[in-house]
Amino acid sequence: MSDTATVSTETATYRRPSGLNAIYQDSRVIAWRNLVHLPRTPQLVIFTLIQPIMFVLLFTYVFGGAIGKALPPGVSYAQFLIPGIMVQTLVFGTSATAVGLAEDLQNGIIDRFRSLPISRSAVLNGRILADMIRLTAVATVLVVIGYVVGFRFQGGLGLGLLMILVAVAFGTSMCWIMTNIGMRVKDAETAQTAGFVWLFPLTFISSVFTPVYTMPAWLQVFARNNPVTLVANLLRALSVGEVLPGSTWVSMSLPVFLWIVGITAVAAPLAVNRYRQA
Amino acid sequence: MPPIIEVENLHKSFGDTHALAGVSFQVERGSVLGLLGPNGAGKTTAVRVLATLLAPDQGTARVGGLDVSTQANAVRSIIGLTGQYAAVDEKLTGAENLRMVGRLLGMSSTQARSRATVLLERFDLTDAADRQVTTYSGGMRRRVDLAVSLVGSPEVLFLDEPTTGLDPASRSELWAITRELVADGTTVLLTTQYLDEADELADRIVVIDHGQVIEEGTADELKDRTGGRSLEIEFETTAELASAAAVLQPFSARGGLQQNEQDCLLSLSVDSDTALAVRAIAALTDAGLSPADFRLHRPSLDDVFMALTGHGTETEEHDGPDSIPGNAKSGDTNTEAMNS
Repeated sequence: MSDTATVSTETATYRRPSGLNAIYQDSRVIAWRNLVHLPRTPQLVIFTLIQPIMFVLLFTYVFGGAIGKALPPGVSYAQFLIPGIMVQTLVFGTSATAVGLAEDLQNGIIDRFRSLPISRSAVLNGRILADMIRLTAVATVLVVIGYVVGFRFQGGLGLGLLMILVAVAFGTSMCWIMTNIGMRVKDAETAQTAGFVWLFPLTFISSVFTPVYTMPAWLQVFARNNPVTLVANLLRALSVGEVLPGSTWVSMSLPVFLWIVGITAVAAPLAVNRYRQA
Repeated sequence: MPPIIEVENLHKSFGDTHALAGVSFQVERGSVLGLLGPNGAGKTTAVRVLATLLAPDQGTARVGGLDVSTQANAVRSIIGLTGQYAAVDEKLTGAENLRMVGRLLGMSSTQARSRATVLLERFDLTDAADRQVTTYSGGMRRRVDLAVSLVGSPEVLFLDEPTTGLDPASRSELWAITRELVADGTTVLLTTQYLDEADELADRIVVIDHGQVIEEGTADELKDRTGGRSLEIEFETTAELASAAAVLQPFSARGGLQQNEQDCLLSLSVDSDTALAVRAIAALTDAGLSPADFRLHRPSLDDVFMALTGHGTETEEHDGPDSIPGNAKSGDTNTEAMNS
């Protein structure tokens, strides 16, 4: 360090941490920065908190009567809906990852980060970390509103927390896909579209809102194998504390686990690599 | 002591556009180099390569003896970058931006906080410290951007068109700050499209155009080499103009006496010889001629460019400093202007 008298009064004794510790520290700072953004971005607050509440109320009271009839006897629509809407909401919430990253690239803050001697994966890690916290908050809000409309953790609090964990883990893997989109589009508006449109078929052609067997046969093929269905089913099982007839905990959780690991294993390295070249 | 910045035969292309086509220059420690050129000349690309944001296709660049390609992280710890469009987080406050960078540089939160306080004070931003940058004026934004790039007390500071789009007051403020930094020992690489800015701040100027260095020297050398100053004298009538031309004929040894009958203007080339200008005016007065007005005309960047390249600095209007902000950070600005 040069001794620049006026500007740097103390050429302070600080040292960059090294190795994993550096990645951790840098990611934490970036995550803090992204979390500070949340309350200062009104549309994100609405998206994050108001929309899920609205969806739960609308679906329970507007569609609940009709769709509830298709459910097995003894299953309330709220009990069916909350785990499903949790996947749907978290998945939709991941599109904010693409938009935020595209914005950062557009306004040059990423250049600022890249001109600093920080670990190369920190900017993405930090964003994902902040998004995990955001998704956890959304999931918690959903459980709270769920309790208002009749949803219960019937299998106990432990499985209930596990349900939130699985939902957030799946959402996080989707965030990695969104980072790739955010870095490959030219502006935030495009990111908004590109990160959003494909989520409609992904979440609606699933067991999220309505049982799959009510769909036409050709659509059922997609719906049954849709990871969103698999996650929604697992969340339902965790919320009631018992697996679907004919399945086991392993047969229900293994595919979900593989999807989460698979998506992350492909999307995360791609994203980090892309960031290095950006 | 070896130069703190060494650039050798740098090439960088974006598609068919050669943003840098073999650029070489050096910057001495503690000095200010002005990288001067029109929009699209390759200035920003050069800075982005030096700031490790862009890998060169060919050639080498060293900052503080460190190679920007192979020792990028070490380079990053000794440089500061302030771009044409302030790259700060607009949703954060000024203080938060500074603290964030301090933390990323490895400071403890206490250190980052006190460093932020010092810089906010220094850049006259204390009152605005806790306001989001979105609410800042253009000049404040540029100041906070500069402050952020100084958090780590960099040895080398890159100022990429630091005053483009600023009002005159903010502009001279930024010049003053830059001078102080230099007085403190910081090496500055400044890109600009304004000759007066390079003139004010730079010890040496490198003129680049179409990705190549076309001239190098001090501001005075540059101006002398490209035409120098001229004395412009204005008259009320063409009759006076004609008699004045006759009187000044002996002073035009350099061959630089031009009559402009339309504007009733006489232009005498004097270069750096101001005494010649004084004698010329005296001769006119002795001959009983009183000019309506006279002035010493310094060459503008446009004149310099005209002399050096045969074309002016004006590329296309829409490529002016006020064009789309997003372009500044990519090679796009260069690409567009170079095609014109």
